[in-house]
Amino acid sequence: MKTVIQKPPFACRKSHSEPGPGDGGRTGSWRVKRPVIDLEKCIPAKRNKPACFTCWLFCPDAVISRTIPPTINYEYCKGCEICAEECPAGAITMVDETLFIIEETQEEK
Amino acid sequence: MHIIESGNVAAASGVKLAKVQVVAAYPITPQTPLTEKLSEFVDGGEMDAQYIPVESEHSAMAVCIAASSTGSRTFTATSANGLLYMNEQLHWAAGARLPIVMCVVNRGIGAPWTVWNDHQDAISQRDTGWIQIYCCDHQQIIDTVLHAFYLAETVNVPVMVCYDGYILSHTYMPFDIPEQKDVDRFLPPFTPAYALCPEKPANLNTVTLPDIRPDIRGDMAPGYMEIRHNLHMDMRAAIDVVADIDQKFKDIFGRGGHPFIEPYRCEDADFVAICLGSLSYHLRDVVDILREEGIPVGVMGLRLYRPFPNQAVRDALSGRKGVVVFEKALSYGNQGALYADIKSALYTADNRPTIHNYILGLGGREIKTHHLEKALRASCTKPDTIGDTPEWIGLKM
Amino acid sequence: MTTQSTAQTTILNLPEDELVHPGNRACSGCGLSIIYRIGLKALGRDTILVVPPSCLTVLQGLYPIAATQLPCLNVTFASTAAAATGVLGALRAQKNETTTVAAWAGDGGTSDIGLQALSGACERGENFIFICYDNEAYMNTGVQRSGTTPQGVITTTTPFSGKAQKKKDVPSIIAAHGIPYVATASASYPLDLFDKIVKAKTIQGPKYLHAHTPCPAGWGFDPRYSVKLGKLAVETGLFDLYEIENQTFRLTGASKKLIGKKRKPVREYFKTQSRFKALNDEQIESVQKEIDAKWEEYARMEQC
Repeated sequence: MKTVIQKPPFACRKSHSEPGPGDGGRTGSWRVKRPVIDLEKCIPAKRNKPACFTCWLFCPDAVISRTIPPTINYEYCKGCEICAEECPAGAITMVDETLFIIEETQEEK
Repeated sequence: MHIIESGNVAAASGVKLAKVQVVAAYPITPQTPLTEKLSEFVDGGEMDAQYIPVESEHSAMAVCIAASSTGSRTFTATSANGLLYMNEQLHWAAGARLPIVMCVVNRGIGAPWTVWNDHQDAISQRDTGWIQIYCCDHQQIIDTVLHAFYLAETVNVPVMVCYDGYILSHTYMPFDIPEQKDVDRFLPPFTPAYALCPEKPANLNTVTLPDIRPDIRGDMAPGYMEIRHNLHMDMRAAIDVVADIDQKFKDIFGRGGHPFIEPYRCEDADFVAICLGSLSYHLRDVVDILREEGIPVGVMGLRLYRPFPNQAVRDALSGRKGVVVFEKALSYGNQGALYADIKSALYTADNRPTIHNYILGLGGREIKTHHLEKALRASCTKPDTIGDTPEWIGLKM
Repeated sequence: MTTQSTAQTTILNLPEDELVHPGNRACSGCGLSIIYRIGLKALGRDTILVVPPSCLTVLQGLYPIAATQLPCLNVTFASTAAAATGVLGALRAQKNETTTVAAWAGDGGTSDIGLQALSGACERGENFIFICYDNEAYMNTGVQRSGTTPQGVITTTTPFSGKAQKKKDVPSIIAAHGIPYVATASASYPLDLFDKIVKAKTIQGPKYLHAHTPCPAGWGFDPRYSVKLGKLAVETGLFDLYEIENQTFRLTGASKKLIGKKRKPVREYFKTQSRFKALNDEQIESVQKEIDAKWEEYARMEQC
């Protein structure tokens, strides 16, 4: 006689997470000030070749691209200002987020 | 192959036959000869496993949790305070649904220190989400270790194989060591549903929120409560699997047939003594004595303690005149844990027997046959004189 | 370059591949976020992570979404190094000799509750990289003192007069196990950290990395200064970048350059963070003396 072991549908549920962006939501909404890059001052933009990228190196949230010129993902940028503080060319300024909200509202109108 | 060896060697032989890949252990009496034997198997090349001599029981279970999460068959063993030191890890292993097998060589817990046998260690861990199976002799130890891997890996719940310190762990008895080829027929290799690997990255045991939440595809994933509910449901479903595995084992090895309760002279018994572990074999002698006196009594050894086989217990006990629960552990300030479980199982029975609770053998206090005899005789002949409070056997002061 | 170990990597050849997703739950300006992002670049994709409860548990995401693109096992607080041992055991059993196993724990998970397991694993010679990110208190639970909180620091469990005891020297404790590689790093010198992890990957046996990670919320400073303050800790000689390779100590990178140079006064560092506001002049002077003595010893070692 051969016994077949029943395998009921054991769901075996457990906390199994898969990688994806935005676990914390659109963290850009945390921002009070927005970093804006002045391309006249930004070293790789000015030289038009790979250089500096200090903002990319220190960004805690990987929201600055290592491109010419570097771009900032405002959907997720938390506005910590480290990039503005560390930019050796002083090319990044922090602009009050309310100004953009006013601008966006006017555009919508 | 029949040999005469200790219970600890029986356990180690089962672990070797199960082709365990990672063993982690920390020495504690009376578990030590088991882990010594395993290190001997590994160091001597008889067993192809990683033997990790950790610095604590907490770490022993950490190694098992991590190795099992990485897809290897794992084993550890402990006793008493070692088991208690693992406590948070036991909950973790069950919640993470890891099929770890652990031998618990039952010993009383401090303070005050005792190295001798009782069941307070394993009983105190009954709500960790582990399956608990108790063994009555050496053959059951080696066989149950093999069952345990099959069971754990089928239902994804860790399993404790419990056996009495010294009484089984250090005594020598004859038992059969199955052939490897037969074990291989019985126990398939471990194939986890998911193992940590760089090719398929996942983050395991991450923080959950009180509510459910969509995953990266937008599908709702079960939350903490669903995960815990599922552990409970899978453990309840495991009861049927225990019976199936017992049958499959019997088909190959010819042993088994009593996956939940092992009865002795119970067919016509009006009264039934019930307990966990080797004590049930001791009680067989007592039953024989009382039968000589014409008392219709039998004894049952409960094998599966968690998940609790309510139906099997009800079927076995309802309609009897009396049930007598002998326990080497208790829930302080209340009663024996097994007593409470059996009463609870019998609540919905049509014919509820009287039920008594005896606490005995704590910290290795010698269990005298005449003490058992006296208690069981009283429960069978003057059941109304004994109340719902546990009676202590063997107290000397 | 003068150092033997660092600066092979520059911003221009640092791998672009990002292994941490944006939009995670780490605080704005988190020092851990910097070293985690750069550290994972150094570890690469053939890595399994082991993480106990800490700020990193939060950064890594709440079920069922993970902010990290590497496989990771979350484990109980005290068991990190033992769990890393278990992953390694399983990999060995499966004949996998290539995957890197890296544990990331906070200072509490390393120097306090996790020390026994870490010590055991170091003694056994487990082949892992253990990275302690030291933000100098239990930040995830709301800034309680830890073994590595410096003397005088105000935390929620040392609320008025500051911590009475000194910072536990965890790298020295781990180095005393005689493991092949111990190093320190800082969130403000990510390339130094990158090179140290890359080097650690080539060494067999336990590797321990202790990284200083400024914490704006816990230390009481504006997030924009995270990198500045980490640098200041090194420039004042309070936190030193070094390696202990096969029992040989050497300063690296920015710390090595400080030998024989005038360091910034420690007072400059203390005045930037509200956690130091209980320090009086006498205590600051006393710390300055200790730091001066330490650096005299470094200078003497350098001459030997």
